[in-house]
Amino acid sequence: MRLERVFICAAVAAMLSTFVSARDYISIAGSSTVLPFATMVAEALGNNPNFKTPVVESGGSSVGKKGVCDGIGTEFIDIGNASSRMKAGELKFCESNGIKVTEIKVGYDGIVVASSKDGTLLSISKSDLGKALTAKVPSSDGNFIDNPYKNWSDVNPDLPNFPIRVYGPPTTSGTRASFAEMVNQKGYCKKDEEAKAALKAAGEKDKVCRAMRTDGAYIEAGEQDNLIVQKLQEDPSAFGIFGFSYLDQNSDTLQGAIISGTAPTFELIAEGEYSVSRALYFYVKHAHIGVVPGVQEYMTEWTKHWGEDGFLSDAGMIPLPMAEREYYLKAMRDLPILTADMLN
Amino acid sequence: MNNQSNESHATLHDADRVKENLRKRRAEEARFKWLGRAAIGLALSFLVVLFISIFSKGIPGFFQYYVTLEVFLDAERIDPEGDAGVNSLYAGDAKGVINDAVFEILKPEGRKAKKSARKIVSKGAEKRLRNMILNDPSLLGKTIEVQFALDDDIDSFLRGFIDRNTPESDRRIDDTMISFVDTLNEMGIVSYRLSDYLFFGSASRNAEMAGIRGAFVGSIITLAICLSIAFPLGVATAVYLEEFAQKTRFTEFIEININNLAAVPSVVFGILGLAIFINLFGIPRSIPLVGGIVLALMTLPTIIISSRAAISAVPPSIKDAALSLGASKHQAVFHHVIPLALPGMLTGTIIGMAQALGETAPLLMIGMVAFIVDIPGGITDPATVLPVQIFMWADFSERMFIYKTSAAIVVLLAFLITMNIGAIWLRKKLERRW
Repeated sequence: MRLERVFICAAVAAMLSTFVSARDYISIAGSSTVLPFATMVAEALGNNPNFKTPVVESGGSSVGKKGVCDGIGTEFIDIGNASSRMKAGELKFCESNGIKVTEIKVGYDGIVVASSKDGTLLSISKSDLGKALTAKVPSSDGNFIDNPYKNWSDVNPDLPNFPIRVYGPPTTSGTRASFAEMVNQKGYCKKDEEAKAALKAAGEKDKVCRAMRTDGAYIEAGEQDNLIVQKLQEDPSAFGIFGFSYLDQNSDTLQGAIISGTAPTFELIAEGEYSVSRALYFYVKHAHIGVVPGVQEYMTEWTKHWGEDGFLSDAGMIPLPMAEREYYLKAMRDLPILTADMLN
Repeated sequence: MNNQSNESHATLHDADRVKENLRKRRAEEARFKWLGRAAIGLALSFLVVLFISIFSKGIPGFFQYYVTLEVFLDAERIDPEGDAGVNSLYAGDAKGVINDAVFEILKPEGRKAKKSARKIVSKGAEKRLRNMILNDPSLLGKTIEVQFALDDDIDSFLRGFIDRNTPESDRRIDDTMISFVDTLNEMGIVSYRLSDYLFFGSASRNAEMAGIRGAFVGSIITLAICLSIAFPLGVATAVYLEEFAQKTRFTEFIEININNLAAVPSVVFGILGLAIFINLFGIPRSIPLVGGIVLALMTLPTIIISSRAAISAVPPSIKDAALSLGASKHQAVFHHVIPLALPGMLTGTIIGMAQALGETAPLLMIGMVAFIVDIPGGITDPATVLPVQIFMWADFSERMFIYKTSAAIVVLLAFLITMNIGAIWLRKKLERRW
């Protein structure tokens, strides 16, 4: 009797090798920042009785951009989410696999440096923030040394006099990559005269500034932003780096630091005044449109909710300006193939 | 224990030394006992802290706030095509009918107040209404009382997690909404009761609608596949290796590899599943079929090792007796050894299953760590499992998810404990002593 079961198992295994099935639901993967919004849209599409609810996986922006270009067939995802734009090299990978994608921008997300309402409201320039958090800074004699600043006031005497302690995401995170690029690299190393001179002297590119401190001033708190929120509520002298939606959900206990004179509010991020923000994208694979049911409808579903009154903005996504919304609505119909020229 | 014999062996002039020695040894024993008790006490206190923290957050997660509304089910608005079919109801304006019922009570004035009033009832309300009509189309045209979940922000407010004294701009809900909620409360139509969404709802981004049913069913399907592959294969391997195989270099090599497999990190099995089942065989991602196979690979070594231990624990005299009475080796093993070893094998299997139930890492690679709303109906429908659901909920920013997460943890624990009790019961039932 038991032997029979073994044979059945063997038969099942043999069957698997010839298993080819059409997938009747959309498969999406990518950025964990886009995920909360993509899942909302997926759920809204699933309410339509003619479509199954799309499956949305996380994994990070790189998984989204690489995954959509891996190949054609039901075992590959249809749509890749990303919180940073596709790079020329990533597009080359697509082209080498013979895959055509269309880029759709869906909204913006602000990255905030938040602290408890019981603590000090930090008002800091982007350059100082980068100086406080980047791993290497120029010393007084122009050499690059490990970041020596212990207190915020060491960075700039106008800042409060207590230790720098910032919780933030780990290296796998797109939020961290964007923060390091916008604040450390572009805000500090490309702007600060001392830093520029020291970089030149050392023969380094400004990309090295993207490294965050590892001496305990910057603390990696895992991909769980809720954990950072809890830490901040317990420790009023600490700061945390995360997406705007977490600040929005906890606006009664947390406050966002004012960066270069601008507070991270919904309106100021939407107007582009708040400078630490990035766009959210998804990339849709042409070969799967019309093959996997609902891809076109999933795209259209975004347009129903991405405005100022839609539920996506309630959840903390910053809407695109009207002109951009119209542009990408048209792109959803015309499906322009993403080329290297468009990325510049 | 053997103090007396020690004493009798001692010669007279050694008596003092023995006494001293005895005192030392007794003290040593007492110290050891106390150390053991302290260790157990510490472990117990950790357990108590864990359970208190899980249950104090988990139990409120089983409940949520509902509001009872009188809704007039206008047939023309809800069911424009008049056939009470899914498409007609989807096209209809169930949401508007519910909003009208809310406006009837709260009488909001102006566009802004109406917007606030609309936000009070959960986004899942229209779905609930549509499902009620699908089940019983005769409701159309009547006025009925329905309990709808309140929006998760309102729920958090009623639980006291949003302080009405914080400035309006810093709250998720504005003053108008608070005054509306107060009105509803005064009317006595807000109730705090066991959440039906938690048990019968599936994953949702609306915290008040989120439930574990999809993940629970997914867990059961995945475990069923895992069990139906791992148990027969594991037991057959163990029986063959223990009873039939010649002890050669080759079988030794296999044994070592099985033991090593038991120590391989579980995520490796996920990578294997991705490479073979998805990339090579072209099976779709996110389905429990692949998840079950991957988990079966992971639990196989556990089952094989414990089954072999159970088989070798059967007294050889029983098999010898069968053989000496003329039974073939096959008969001796299948009629006598396996039935006697079964309790041990089952224990090992259930431990393996419990391990598989709590795994997320191997499922990450094959796409089962995903947001999946539809409840799986078979082995090729996309599905997720309980621990993944917990992991995903823990990361959503809405506050109510904290409680849903703890509630899901309680359910997972209950599932595990039930499995373990099943294992103990099976073992007690099948166990034979000699």
